[in-house]
Amino acid sequence: MSATADRLFDRRPWILLGPALSAVTFLLVIPVCFIVVYSFWLRTAIGTEEVGFHLDNWQLVLTDPFYRDILVQTIRIAVVSTLLCIALGYVPAYFIAYAGARHKLLLILLLMLPFWISYIIRTMSWINILGVSGAVNSALMAVGVIDEPMRMLYNEATVVAGLVHFLLPFMVLNIYVSLDGIDRNLTAAAQSLGCNGWQAFREVTLPLSLPGLAAGSLLCFVLAAGTYITPMILGGPQNAMFANLVFETIITQLNWPLGSALSLVLLVLLGAVVMAYTHFLGLDQIAKSFR
Amino acid sequence: MTDSTKRYERLLERYRNGDVDRRTFLKLMGIAGITAGVTGGPMGWLAREAVAGSPDQLRFDGWGGVVSEAFREYAFRPYTEATGIDVVDGTFGGADEYLARVRSGRPGEFNIAHLSGVFDYARYHSLDLTTTINEDNVPNLQYVIPRLQDPLRAITNGTLSGIPYNYGTTGIAYNRKHISDDEAREKGAQLMIDPAFENRIGGWEEWKTRIWYGALQTGQDPNDIRDMEAVWDAVREHRDLALKYWSSGAELMSLLAEEEIYVTEAWSGRVYALQEQGHDIGYIDPPGGLGWQETLFVIAGSPMEECEELLNFMLEPETAIAVAEGQNYPPALDPQKVDLGDKVPNLPAFDPGGTLEALNFFDPEYWNGHEQEWSAQFSRVQRGY
Repeated sequence: MSATADRLFDRRPWILLGPALSAVTFLLVIPVCFIVVYSFWLRTAIGTEEVGFHLDNWQLVLTDPFYRDILVQTIRIAVVSTLLCIALGYVPAYFIAYAGARHKLLLILLLMLPFWISYIIRTMSWINILGVSGAVNSALMAVGVIDEPMRMLYNEATVVAGLVHFLLPFMVLNIYVSLDGIDRNLTAAAQSLGCNGWQAFREVTLPLSLPGLAAGSLLCFVLAAGTYITPMILGGPQNAMFANLVFETIITQLNWPLGSALSLVLLVLLGAVVMAYTHFLGLDQIAKSFR
Repeated sequence: MTDSTKRYERLLERYRNGDVDRRTFLKLMGIAGITAGVTGGPMGWLAREAVAGSPDQLRFDGWGGVVSEAFREYAFRPYTEATGIDVVDGTFGGADEYLARVRSGRPGEFNIAHLSGVFDYARYHSLDLTTTINEDNVPNLQYVIPRLQDPLRAITNGTLSGIPYNYGTTGIAYNRKHISDDEAREKGAQLMIDPAFENRIGGWEEWKTRIWYGALQTGQDPNDIRDMEAVWDAVREHRDLALKYWSSGAELMSLLAEEEIYVTEAWSGRVYALQEQGHDIGYIDPPGGLGWQETLFVIAGSPMEECEELLNFMLEPETAIAVAEGQNYPPALDPQKVDLGDKVPNLPAFDPGGTLEALNFFDPEYWNGHEQEWSAQFSRVQRGY
């Protein structure tokens, strides 16, 4: 093959990636650059921006315990939601993966069904479920278990419940894809070598499904940590997450420079999680295919 | 004819005249085609937004729902029939969100907005977003209550950039099953920090209202607070007793109707709507209670004559009364000059004298001067600080 042909061959991935790279550049990289520049500006008392290179916003964001505490609270809620998604999502994913072909399609369709309804509507549905006159209280009072309605809404637990409700399908789908790709002969081979059903699952199926579990966890964590709708609808006065601060700083206080610095902190945190995942669990396998 | 068409014809003419060669002509056409492809495809909605500011169209943004329906029926349609100018009717969820959109937009992209209060009027003025309305072009302005115009004129040196359109109060709503009218009247603003109603209390998630009521609860004049620490303590006390801060009228109504909360400050019109639905909700304006007005605000860069004509249509008593009845807030029309019908005089906060002497309003200069500090501090207090 000639040198010219080699060069043509080398260009092909870039040509194919061109549209995607352009989209990422124009819709993500350049806007993020704007946000970086904005974060060094200052908001004046009358609400306009003072252009320049000021470190005040960054100093505030990085040294003020208020922002640190909300960030820690955000990570905690995101981690708890992700762990609950793992606990609640594995069994359904396993069930779908090992269901017969005819039922599998139906089950996947049922899994996708919530996506047809707006995320906000799904979140608000918890008010009708857990509210004072909601389904749970009405049922418990009807059967005489309680006399007075229980107060279940507007706390951290309902925020986590709302997030799990939103994120669970993402977790189940990721685990399912992983489980579905496992060669069934491997389990049979383990059992033929003396493993019982539980041992075969623990030694063969579970380790082989970990990439899906990890991918689902990454997705759930990133989505949970970046949400602001759920705590806004289902949280109490003190159950805000970091994205709520970004929203409030930019939209209510009109302090775009400080809001930019806050959003970059969240971006860096979530980017670090993705980088850690890539390093330890092999997202870079995708890049290796081009080498 | 659009600007693009004009540009194309000019280019074609230059090509035909021999001013540009064939290669350059085709290159420019190619660039134009790519540009059109980008802006006409996934970015097409941006182009539509931009068109809304052209002189043959005006863009109006409001709260949506029955208010927008009334505007469409009684103002926009007759205005379009009379002038040939279309009104592009948009909505927003909150004044802050809308201001963010206006600031990130281009001059002329947004024309008239149904904004809250004198406070926002002052904010827009500080951001150089005000205009000067030629009042001779808005004859219906003569019917508007002077007390509502005065604070706006004070901000814009005697002129108007917006016209008062309706008013209301942010008083205290309470569930009569659990709180009697006498108890509400006796406790006033203190009802909102009564430990007997822990986890049954709500509140608007807005720093100005929280601080206003904090001032009332500490016996201070909200427009001249002397002990701010005491106010923050009252805000904290309310926060610790509250079940939920609500952020929209719909959420307020749901919390009261579902009996999640028994007491909250509330918008007079929303409480009236609940009462109309049969909910046993009481409403008082406590001493020092908060009044507010909404304006039809003309944003800088708008075609003024067309906007003034539309404002006049919107101030027609028939339109203003229909909007008032739709949203349950009295119109800014002076009841001494205009017959407001049967329903409006029964709305909460309605002043039959048209003087509005009993209502207290935000002093825009005072509150704008503290906005940056207090809004940021409220964000912290709200989260437990």
